[in-house]
Amino acid sequence: MKKNNAVLLSAPYLIWMVVFTLIPLGVVAYYALTDPSTGAFSLGNLANLGMYLPVLWQSIVYSLVSACICLILGYPVAYFIAHCSVRAQKFLYMLVMLPMCMSFLLRTLAWVGLLQDTGIINTLLGKIGIGPLTMIRTPGAVVLGMVYNYLPYMILPLYATIVKIDPRLIEAAEDLGCNGVQVFSRVVLPLSVPGILSGMTMVFVPSVSTFYISQKLGGTDTVLIGDVIERQFKQGNNPNLGAALSLVLMLLVLVCTSILNRFGGDQEEGGVLV
Amino acid sequence: MKRANRILTILIFVFLYIPMAVLVVASFNTGKDITEFEGFTFQQYVRLFQDSSLLELLRNSLVVSVLASAAATIFGTVASVGIHSLNPRMRKAAMTLTNIPMTNPDIVTGVSLSLLFVFVGTKMLGQRNSLTFWTLLIAHITFNLPYVILNVMPKLKQMDASLTDAAMDLGCTPVQAFFRVTLYEIMPGIVSGAIMAFTMSLDDFVISYFVSGLDFVTLPVEIYSYTKKPLQPKIYAMFTLLFLLILALMIAMNLIQIYGDKKKTQSRSAGV
Repeated sequence: MKKNNAVLLSAPYLIWMVVFTLIPLGVVAYYALTDPSTGAFSLGNLANLGMYLPVLWQSIVYSLVSACICLILGYPVAYFIAHCSVRAQKFLYMLVMLPMCMSFLLRTLAWVGLLQDTGIINTLLGKIGIGPLTMIRTPGAVVLGMVYNYLPYMILPLYATIVKIDPRLIEAAEDLGCNGVQVFSRVVLPLSVPGILSGMTMVFVPSVSTFYISQKLGGTDTVLIGDVIERQFKQGNNPNLGAALSLVLMLLVLVCTSILNRFGGDQEEGGVLV
Repeated sequence: MKRANRILTILIFVFLYIPMAVLVVASFNTGKDITEFEGFTFQQYVRLFQDSSLLELLRNSLVVSVLASAAATIFGTVASVGIHSLNPRMRKAAMTLTNIPMTNPDIVTGVSLSLLFVFVGTKMLGQRNSLTFWTLLIAHITFNLPYVILNVMPKLKQMDASLTDAAMDLGCTPVQAFFRVTLYEIMPGIVSGAIMAFTMSLDDFVISYFVSGLDFVTLPVEIYSYTKKPLQPKIYAMFTLLFLLILALMIAMNLIQIYGDKKKTQSRSAGV
């Protein structure tokens, strides 16, 4: 194909992406910097942000905790899948991916049914004589919801890196006298760092911005930044403040992902699942 | 160690599937409460198919996801070929642009698109209702495109560039070379990109929630608004059917892959 003609094929796409991803971010910035009632330039929305720092901090803490739990739970699973036969790998991969394709709203509602005071778990516990536990509307329930919803996003990139580790490296380490623990800590773990970083990012980003999980599983003291933004747009009728908060959220994610990427070196393709 | 790992893996899968099992069981429940199984019935499925408003929502969701993923697949494949032949610096810029919707939180994407549509619609065009089916479709195409590109680009990179040269030496026009050689080589990437785009689109709630108006609502957006009232058990029936549909789709995808691998190794060994 002639090079110049082929280059032209990318032009409509680039224009589309500029119009529908870059310009909207500009519009967010415009709203963030204008007064809700007069429409004039104002820094008032940004000045109000200080109020939301505790909420922002809480969101970061919850999502970091969730990402770490996902890593601890997801690593052994990814490791296990990567060491199955090829056919079993494909099947298990599918099993991990399947929940991601199902309505996360309904799956979260199922957790409400499981965790609520008269829910399934408490009924079962009651049968063996353990009194009803308060599980729903606690920070734990919110973290559980995040871990549950985003665990596949951790397992898949981890699996993709672990499966690519050359088995000869492990054999070499064994030949050179490493025991199982040393092989893992000196060879396998360092080589899976790119997967760990991409998994952490993929769990952290949706967790820190969620509003549904905290609304359904959390209580009044587990409000997250996503909740606040959603309320500004859908109930509070202050899109300008909402825009300013979105901008903060975006910057936060940008900073976190660039810190993570600095550890992992540059990958042109970024955190792709496949 | 290995056994501990196996047990943990099984437990994690149980953890991932229990809520879905709860929903599937609830779809056969005679009672309304998800927490209490009163008796077995298929009644919810009958009710589901009698509920025209629910079926319309499902139809809306399917219309948007089919149109958006189809458009994104074609548009994205063409764009990938273009990006592939850009010079490295431009290619890097294009991939950065592609990664923006992937790394941005959904809520930011949704909010930014909705502000854009409202800004253009009400302030510049003077419409009262600026969020319509078309804005929803544009948003879905926009977040579907990266999935297609990120699946097709690696296949283009893996492909032997001399194949298209050979085709053109043998008299193909560039367009013919694309359809007869390149397309065939990158097909697995296109198919997985399309399926990913479709499922993401079908299940998308956050972005749709911000960019859809009142006259065209998809199923997840409506389910969100339901939760103030108690959820109707027919929804669980619909979940079960969608679960089966996606399961079938995934198994089909798996079989195609296995079949494709087999054919490749066969043709390779036949060639030797």
